[in-house]
Amino acid sequence: MKIVIVGAGRVGAVLAETYDAAGHDVIILDESARAFDRLPAEFRGTAVRGDGTDEDSLLRAGAADADVFLALTQGDNRNVMACQVATEKFGITNVIAKINDPVRAAAYADLGLAVLCRTTMQTEAVTAYLGLGSLGVPGVIAPTGTHHGGAQHDPLAETVDAGAAGQEA
Amino acid sequence: MFVLVVGGGKVGYYLAKELIESSHEVVVMEKDRARAEQIADEIGSVVVAHDGCEGKYLGDAGCARADIVAAVTGDDEDNLVICQMAKHHFDVPRTIARVNNPKNEALFRHLGVDEIISPTRMILGSIEQDIPVHELLHLAALGESELEIIEAHLQEGSPAIGRAVADVTMPEGCSLFAVIRNGVATPLTPETVLQVGDKVIAIGPAECEVMLHQQLIGADTEFAGT
Repeated sequence: MKIVIVGAGRVGAVLAETYDAAGHDVIILDESARAFDRLPAEFRGTAVRGDGTDEDSLLRAGAADADVFLALTQGDNRNVMACQVATEKFGITNVIAKINDPVRAAAYADLGLAVLCRTTMQTEAVTAYLGLGSLGVPGVIAPTGTHHGGAQHDPLAETVDAGAAGQEA
Repeated sequence: MFVLVVGGGKVGYYLAKELIESSHEVVVMEKDRARAEQIADEIGSVVVAHDGCEGKYLGDAGCARADIVAAVTGDDEDNLVICQMAKHHFDVPRTIARVNNPKNEALFRHLGVDEIISPTRMILGSIEQDIPVHELLHLAALGESELEIIEAHLQEGSPAIGRAVADVTMPEGCSLFAVIRNGVATPLTPETVLQVGDKVIAIGPAECEVMLHQQLIGADTEFAGT
């Protein structure tokens, strides 16, 4: 599988290393080249310096036809936007956005993104370890709604065309 | 009207000030505490010193009853998320985002932001009005010879529009050999009819440029002459 990871922090780097070792085609992006120091010397995937919310950077990195897209930077909003570029511009369906703000996490799960929320995950883990029961929060919150939430804005035709034209140009 | 302004930079500050002067209800969210205090000193206690991207604080600031949310921070991704949270989570009827990267405009619209303000696009627009777009672009000079490869961007008013390549008068030694249409490059045949928006690739001696310009761009357009 072709797996794109935006953000070479601890989690991003470990996932990149793991999937690369398992034989997947891994592309990892970060705005800082130093972040790639976290990758092991034997990493065979592609490490690209670039902004994961920028369509051009993603295209250059070869992310457009990825099977899996993971946005794991420190910025919740950057992750949201990167995932929305991946789904809306490239049609990648298997995307996960790290969103540590639980309110935003729930809202974007409603809007059709799979979400990884450290806050709810850690709350759940601590509560379970202490034997205080489960809050019933999954590790990755699966999307509960579809993108755009069935909203009234459907000028999709022209904007999608504009997007496609932008890609070619 | 109740307007929630997220981002207390220059834009947010003057926006809030003007809105208050026209007697609208305004709340400004600015995460930098010092900046928030400074704004509050100047325009009154309408400032929430918290991050407007954080769902909880957005709710605390009264987002759910806002008529309009204006996201005017300096970061596109923040503005996008603020507007989407406002629209989908708090049911705000109208959202406005400041967009810095013009490339993000289509995406933001597609994702449901009601109104997009792009300072970059506006400035670009007024610059382009003053300076003619480079209609003839030099792609390459061939070896030591005088031959050049030139790209001509055909726009409304070009005498070549609607004509077949065979019917376009070419200066001595010049020829048209390819067209980029909708981003796809194809070789030209004498029968190809040229359209608005085509980028036609020509080859010819450098001194034919003026003539080439007349045929492909039009004589009445000011010749930038590089």
